[in-house]
Amino acid sequence: MENVLTGQKVASARSRDELLSGASRFIILSEIVFPFLLLILGVALGLLQVLARAGVLKDSHYFGWIEYYQGLTLHGVINAIVFTTYIIVAFSNALMVSVLKRPLKMGVQWVSWAMMLVGTLMAAFAMLTGRANVLYTFYPPLIAHWTFYVGTVLFVVGSIIPFFLDWIPNYRAWKRENPSARMPLAVLGTFVNFTLWFVMLVPVAIEILFQLLPLSLGLVDEVNSLLARTLFWFFGHPLVYFWLLPAYVMLYTMLPKIVGGKLYSDPAARLAFMLFLIFSVPVGLHHQYTEGGLSANFKLLHAFLTFMVALPSFITAFTVAASLEYGARQQGGRGLFGWWAKLPYFSTKGDQWLFSYFVAGLLLFLFGGITGIINASYNMNMVVHNTSFVSGHFHTTVGGLVTLSFLGISLYLIAKLRGSEVAFKKLAVAMPYLWLVGFFIFDAAKSVVGIMGAPRRTNMGLSYADSASPLYQPDWVVWNHLTMLGGIIAVVGFVLYMVSFFGTLFAKRVNEPSTEMPIAEALHDNPAPVLSNFRPWLIAMVVLIAIAYTQPLIEAFRVTEKSPAYKENMPVPLKMMQGGQ
Amino acid sequence: MVDRFEKRAIVVALTLVLSFFVLLVYAAKGLGADLPTCLPDAKPFKQGELIQLGDKRYQLNAVAKMWNFEPNEIRIPAGSTVDIYLVSTDVMHGFHVNNTLVNLMAIPNVVNYTRVKFDKPGTYDVICHEYCGVFHQNMVGKIIVE
Repeated sequence: MENVLTGQKVASARSRDELLSGASRFIILSEIVFPFLLLILGVALGLLQVLARAGVLKDSHYFGWIEYYQGLTLHGVINAIVFTTYIIVAFSNALMVSVLKRPLKMGVQWVSWAMMLVGTLMAAFAMLTGRANVLYTFYPPLIAHWTFYVGTVLFVVGSIIPFFLDWIPNYRAWKRENPSARMPLAVLGTFVNFTLWFVMLVPVAIEILFQLLPLSLGLVDEVNSLLARTLFWFFGHPLVYFWLLPAYVMLYTMLPKIVGGKLYSDPAARLAFMLFLIFSVPVGLHHQYTEGGLSANFKLLHAFLTFMVALPSFITAFTVAASLEYGARQQGGRGLFGWWAKLPYFSTKGDQWLFSYFVAGLLLFLFGGITGIINASYNMNMVVHNTSFVSGHFHTTVGGLVTLSFLGISLYLIAKLRGSEVAFKKLAVAMPYLWLVGFFIFDAAKSVVGIMGAPRRTNMGLSYADSASPLYQPDWVVWNHLTMLGGIIAVVGFVLYMVSFFGTLFAKRVNEPSTEMPIAEALHDNPAPVLSNFRPWLIAMVVLIAIAYTQPLIEAFRVTEKSPAYKENMPVPLKMMQGGQ
Repeated sequence: MVDRFEKRAIVVALTLVLSFFVLLVYAAKGLGADLPTCLPDAKPFKQGELIQLGDKRYQLNAVAKMWNFEPNEIRIPAGSTVDIYLVSTDVMHGFHVNNTLVNLMAIPNVVNYTRVKFDKPGTYDVICHEYCGVFHQNMVGKIIVE
């Protein structure tokens, strides 16, 4: 057998069981099902939030149960950290088996699996018991219970272990068997992504282990909040590319195959991934434009680098559109725009149902890209910073393309790994379009009301959206209600997805279990060797990070007066509360 | 290598983002719509107050704390120019004067600064837009321009 993408012989005399043991199927399946169960809670809390922000629910707690900001913390941590990271690890595991044709290293996988599980349970304990109402950015000097911090560290460290101890060794072994082949594109994208993951975890690990955990345990009394915030965003913005790149891997490798075509350009795809490697990290100050303590000139530099990291997304937009056009023309599409009609929007044939997830995600991401460039635009950020414009934006990026492609691939992998067919395919195909319409309305309404001044992360049902409150903002009402409408439409889509998800999970086995992925060959091939060689790009990344972050970190270190820890319900330091008891 | 259509797409994208960047640099340095910066000599203060510096010239030392601003309401004549210094004395807060470009983070022990001119009379809400605890949604100040 020959791999059409790379031309190398696949050394797979291995039997199916050797490649994909029952235990490795369990690992990957549980890395999808467990976070999905949590995601149901995360989505439900999202629905309650739009109701509260529209003034339909006017209480500090939802039905006496979960407090608003506790629910917001759970919504952010589950949806944006736990669900995303789990699916990225599960997808990457399956992808490595599928592309490299080598079994997972089970010892490594069990360690990773256990760390992620224990970490999730610890953080869930802290959040569900109200010990970590700090939102998913956990800015000090608000402080959470130590289990929240230890759980987070265990979780993220567990998620990176397979990269170093499973995938890299497996790739090296593959390379020895295929010395003349270049690194497959799917592997390159995954390795770029996990290299970024490793680099961005360093600053947040320093923040948690040296600042927040000691403060939470009472080992130190004070914290430098600006430094913590700067370290957080050193991690927090590259994080969005950690979510995004697996979706790009799917768009480059799977989507062209699904529409019956080819990847338009393999070199362009590699260039895009390498540009992400160098530009993803030194951009975090664009979350800190409006604060003092950091030089405006370095904010400007980060603005410039943020525009540079938009470049690989522009390249991706072109390459994906060109691949779709090529595929549609292969299917008989004609004319300047006529080929659009030849794409399988509603097809349930074979794997084509996945197309709906990608195309709806891409359409949302168009808006996400535009609003993202607005957010990044230095002085324009003063109009929108911390308003609901921002939360509108990221519900079309991480909540749009990322979530839709992750839900699509989850359903795909559940079916493949169990050897079942996707159940209720029509519901599964309808879901992304409901999500698209819902989040389009949601983002549009949040953008408008954000420009009018509505803050993000605020229980507006108790003030701005409550007609009985002196803080009532009547001009915002219609937009808050539209946001709610959009949220409800998206959740209806999610319910359809759940039917298909559980139907597929419990459907009977009709095929051999596998991790087989549809992987397209390239129309334009022959990338320059530098596009498959990490070294020069890694050097450029380190140099750029050093230039962009040395001075801001020195400035943050210079803050000499530090802050004691606070809990969210008392306007005096935690120490004073404990001293008074 | 990268084919010619792909090259064109890259050139167009690069031109687009670079022109965005040139425009925002012009807005910042040419039109003066610049961001807050590092003020290494500014001492964090604990007391909020409005100080009149001259005719229609004010300095506002604003303190953000759980869960109000100090001073929480100020009155100034239309046409006033205000130097706003902002600090938090407990956790992170926000300071967003609606319908203006004043949008600042209040970080403990870090002084933030901007200057703004209020031409239009009216009541401007100052909204805390960073989560700061259970009463965050009620943290609103007022600037009344007469």
